[in-house]
Amino acid sequence: MNELHYGGSCGHACCLRVENLSVKIGTSHILKDMNLHVHCGEMVALIGPNGAGKSTFLKAILGQREYSGVIAFTEPGQRSHKPRIGYVPQSPSFDPGEPVSVADLFACCMSKRPAFLGVSKAMRQTILECLDRVHGQDLIDKRVGTLSGGELQRVLLALALEPIPNILILDEPLSGVDVEGMTTLMDMLDEIRKTYDLSILMTTHDFSMLPRYADQAVLIDGTIRAKGTPEEVLSSQAFRDIFHMKGGAL
Amino acid sequence: MTIWYALCEALPIEMLQWDFMKNALLALLLMAPLFGILSTMIVTGHMSFFSDALGHSAFTGIAIGSLFGIAAPTWAAVLFSVVFALLFSYIRRGSNHASDTLIGVFSSAAVALGILVATMGGGSFTKYNKYLIGDVLSITPSEIGLLALTLAAVLVFWCLYANRLTLTAVHPQLASSRGIPVNLSQTLFTVAIAVVVTLSISSMGLLILNSLLVLPGAASRNLARNQKQYHLFSVLFALVSGILGLAVSYCFGCSAGAAISLILTALFALTYFFRGRSA
Repeated sequence: MNELHYGGSCGHACCLRVENLSVKIGTSHILKDMNLHVHCGEMVALIGPNGAGKSTFLKAILGQREYSGVIAFTEPGQRSHKPRIGYVPQSPSFDPGEPVSVADLFACCMSKRPAFLGVSKAMRQTILECLDRVHGQDLIDKRVGTLSGGELQRVLLALALEPIPNILILDEPLSGVDVEGMTTLMDMLDEIRKTYDLSILMTTHDFSMLPRYADQAVLIDGTIRAKGTPEEVLSSQAFRDIFHMKGGAL
Repeated sequence: MTIWYALCEALPIEMLQWDFMKNALLALLLMAPLFGILSTMIVTGHMSFFSDALGHSAFTGIAIGSLFGIAAPTWAAVLFSVVFALLFSYIRRGSNHASDTLIGVFSSAAVALGILVATMGGGSFTKYNKYLIGDVLSITPSEIGLLALTLAAVLVFWCLYANRLTLTAVHPQLASSRGIPVNLSQTLFTVAIAVVVTLSISSMGLLILNSLLVLPGAASRNLARNQKQYHLFSVLFALVSGILGLAVSYCFGCSAGAAISLILTALFALTYFFRGRSA
């Protein structure tokens, strides 16, 4: 493993600790001996080739995949506990004809009142406040299947931010989004992490945005092959080996 | 029932002067919301083929019940359908086969077992014909009572689980990340369909029952923009087709189930042409 910049000590900052994490299917390892610390306010980008185990890593953190090792969250003055996670899934696609409005989607996630009885005025106000965080109030009555890639990402981001999580996880948020949409989304994420001091963990295949936005990049290929600042990882030997780039990505 | 009979007799409608028509109308008024509500999630969850297979399993349950001389084979059918639904859900979760392949396997096995049991020892299949075609006009007050209880149970289930079911159907991964027990929700829903299908089979008939579970939701989906409209239109279409279908059956002496199914098909066609305007 090429360990470039390991944040081993957390001091007083809150921290997501991943220690000796391994995921197996049968007898073969999908992920092996992963060690990673993510501090509050940090944006960490997980990169790697297809099938490297990035999504599996996220699923393990989400509790959707069995693993061995430790995944814990620590805050100042508190014992380790399970973090509150906001999750934006990969390439979310909804049937265009599905009669589920954005308000319905929020109500299904946040309210005990059945969405088929209609969304109450109080819930509608709460949803509008959530959508305001992503500048998407005008989307509330649109059907989810008719949203563009960028609009859908913003809606799911707003959903993941209610309640405000300790860690925000995004699986390939930039796929299916145009260049303008990418910049808008990344600016929004940057603003959100500063406003709420939350950690952001995202997978991406788009390396061009990393130096500007990410604090830490982690190169995964079955295990962590390199980690550090985006510049360090993108110019590392491990990155060149995996992506067959002679001069690195920068 | 006395109040219902008095109410029907007070109406100046000729067909409601007959007790069997009063029973049939009440049964349809109870079945319509059942079909309308379940239909929304069957369509959203791409489960129309599955509900069809459940009808076949219900028939098999009735045949097994009859073979063992159970006084009310309907209960044997309910039990068999629930076991069928649970087994299917279990196998589907652990299998890498597509859902429609597994449904095909289960459905054909259920039908084959049903026919085998029904004709065992040279028995005649004729006595099972009523389960194929169905006859809502011969429904009894006790069966109507059972339908009312089922409707109440489904309404309670729907108020508690509709949000989870919707989220599970449109995006299971998102549902799971929000702490929704996806497997439990899906399993409870399949059990609910199994019970409703089985209790309706003698009234609506195996051959057309599934159309009543699919068409209200499918027609509603053509117009609805949100969950409230989706449920409202679906139940409304089921109610309108139920009442009109009974009237058609009375006037022309045909099967009520078939008439209801055809009216629903017409509603689907009509809404299909208007779907663009509500997009």
